[in-house]
Amino acid sequence: MKKDINIDVHHLTRVEGHGNIRVNIKDSKIEECTWQVPESPRFFEAMIRGRHYSEVARITSRICGICSIGHTLASVKATESALGITITSQTKKLRTLLKHAENFDSHILHIYFLVAPDLFEAPSVFPLIPTHGEVVKRALRLKRLGHEWGSMIGGRTTHPTTVIPGGFSKLPTIQELKDLRDKIVAAVPDLEATLETIISVADKIPVFENPTEYLAVSSDNEYGLYEGDIQSIMPDGTKRKYKVEDYRSVTNEWVSPNSTAKYCKNQMDSYFAGALARMNNNFEMLHPKAKQVADILGFKIPCFNSYMNTVAQLIEVVHSAYEGLRIVDELLNSGITEEGLVPPSKFSKGVSAIEVPRGILFHEYEYDNEGMCIGGNAVIPTNQNHANIQKDFDKLVPELFEQGKTEDEMKLALEMLVRAYDPCISCSTHYLDVEFV
Amino acid sequence: MGKARVGFFDFTSCEGCQIELTNYGDKEFLELLNHIEIVEFREAMSETSDHLDIAFIEGSFSREEDRNRLENIRGRSNVVISYGACATTGGINALKNHQKDYKEYVYGEDANMPHLDSQQVMPIADAIKVDYSVHGCPMDKTEFLDIVSHLLHGKMPVIPNHPVCMECKLNETICRYEEGDHCLGVVARAGCNAKCPADGIPCEACRGFIDSPNEEALTSLLINRAGFSQKRAEEKSRIFSANCREDVR
Repeated sequence: MKKDINIDVHHLTRVEGHGNIRVNIKDSKIEECTWQVPESPRFFEAMIRGRHYSEVARITSRICGICSIGHTLASVKATESALGITITSQTKKLRTLLKHAENFDSHILHIYFLVAPDLFEAPSVFPLIPTHGEVVKRALRLKRLGHEWGSMIGGRTTHPTTVIPGGFSKLPTIQELKDLRDKIVAAVPDLEATLETIISVADKIPVFENPTEYLAVSSDNEYGLYEGDIQSIMPDGTKRKYKVEDYRSVTNEWVSPNSTAKYCKNQMDSYFAGALARMNNNFEMLHPKAKQVADILGFKIPCFNSYMNTVAQLIEVVHSAYEGLRIVDELLNSGITEEGLVPPSKFSKGVSAIEVPRGILFHEYEYDNEGMCIGGNAVIPTNQNHANIQKDFDKLVPELFEQGKTEDEMKLALEMLVRAYDPCISCSTHYLDVEFV
Repeated sequence: MGKARVGFFDFTSCEGCQIELTNYGDKEFLELLNHIEIVEFREAMSETSDHLDIAFIEGSFSREEDRNRLENIRGRSNVVISYGACATTGGINALKNHQKDYKEYVYGEDANMPHLDSQQVMPIADAIKVDYSVHGCPMDKTEFLDIVSHLLHGKMPVIPNHPVCMECKLNETICRYEEGDHCLGVVARAGCNAKCPADGIPCEACRGFIDSPNEEALTSLLINRAGFSQKRAEEKSRIFSANCREDVR
């Protein structure tokens, strides 16, 4: 029997920013199957022109409220590269600790508030309060921990204040670091309970495979977050490294009529950025406790199921908690030294790459001799994922149709797929990107 | 009295202010939910609602096509509160308002694609009547609770109209100018407890200006005390307060 399906999700819920899903199947023939990004553009690259280097990160932080720590760190790191600033090892440790806070914080938000309702078959987290009160309380406690952790280092989590070119404008005290240590240790039972909750609903995570290219920051010193080069891994396991300076020839941005955000591709027509890409590239560098959790969850690399990005995030939450503890202990051992800001030694061009919750993020700036910004560029993880979301749609829709899924089942599967990517659409349009002129 | 039915809406913004709502922790947040019922919130839930006691709007009014959505929200809400700088003043999005070439600069030869259209960025109050504002980038989540609490008790919230300098004095924070830095606290609307200077960075006036700001004095202060060039001093306050400036008002 020939079948018609019509899905039109305008402004998909439980994702950051605005996105639409459109599927039109007529007489069993797929006429349309698209992921659209209608978010209003914000033109950040234009905003930073003529701004002093000390102001730039404060502006580009506002690209995204969820990953503003990541944007601030990427921005300051690129500016420091342009200004010939080499940060101290204490600054690097504190920034890495702050990066872990953000990944922890953002992943908890995504897992509990945006994805869990699908797994519990609820439209949002609120109806779960009477039925799963303890789960909701635990979610709010863990979210609060991520917020307090990030605020202690960064001043606040939404648009951090203390991260500035050359170092920090304010340092945490030993007492604050001790308090943080206690709080993370006290959260371990909540993390274990989170694992159990996810295992209890794991059968709701759809089985789907679409091998693609996975791109992430990679380093010999850490599970690439704050430092490292660009690395890609192909479906056959071939790895390739690229210099951060060459990011434009890796991301290859292009404008699609379906989107106010730009799209990207590298060796294949699309690639994946985010927790799953980090896992596939850097699994060996995870903290042993995180590897244990991966084992319990039955997570193995290579993993080609985009829906598993949420599971990869949970493994990273555990990684960040234990890596966070390790870094705090290092800082407690070495003590906190009051250091002045490292001053600029030149004014030129600089690039950075760091891993933010949703994947690899690039910032680039150029400064004149007065330290004023001439131009900049940012390539955001969600932009890098738009094309891959579309490729997943192209494979998933015919599969679902073959399986005889109803319109509602298909719609839910597509919504869950987009949510799994944890798209940050504000990021991807709200910003920018420009050529240096 | 039943719980107030509230909705959260987002326009052109980073959505960081709604993220602040998730940072209260379990006790405060669940207590808040004893007094309000969240009936519409796209980023958190799939449901929608026909009538709202309070609509909270985040983000700027940056596209004419958004006017209908805003009027629709106003039409089904008793009270409309804009929250966060993007909504209350246009915030950072207005930083490019004085530029003519921003679209070409960002999208190059693709700039004429119709979906990339954008107008002058304005506060929500430019499109619809707004009853109260929660200022700041990001908004202060404690102030947000305070304003909600006032409304639920039938009281008028007080929105501060004194400069950030006053709060620094109360906190005994050393003036940024004394530290060789600059600051907009002299004309910036307080209410944030002067967090940025306390964290060692200048106030960028993310809450907009007080009602009668002396912008001329600010410019000369930036030149004479912070050593800014005339141009940098004049451009400085565009970052968060472009729509509050005399050259725009």
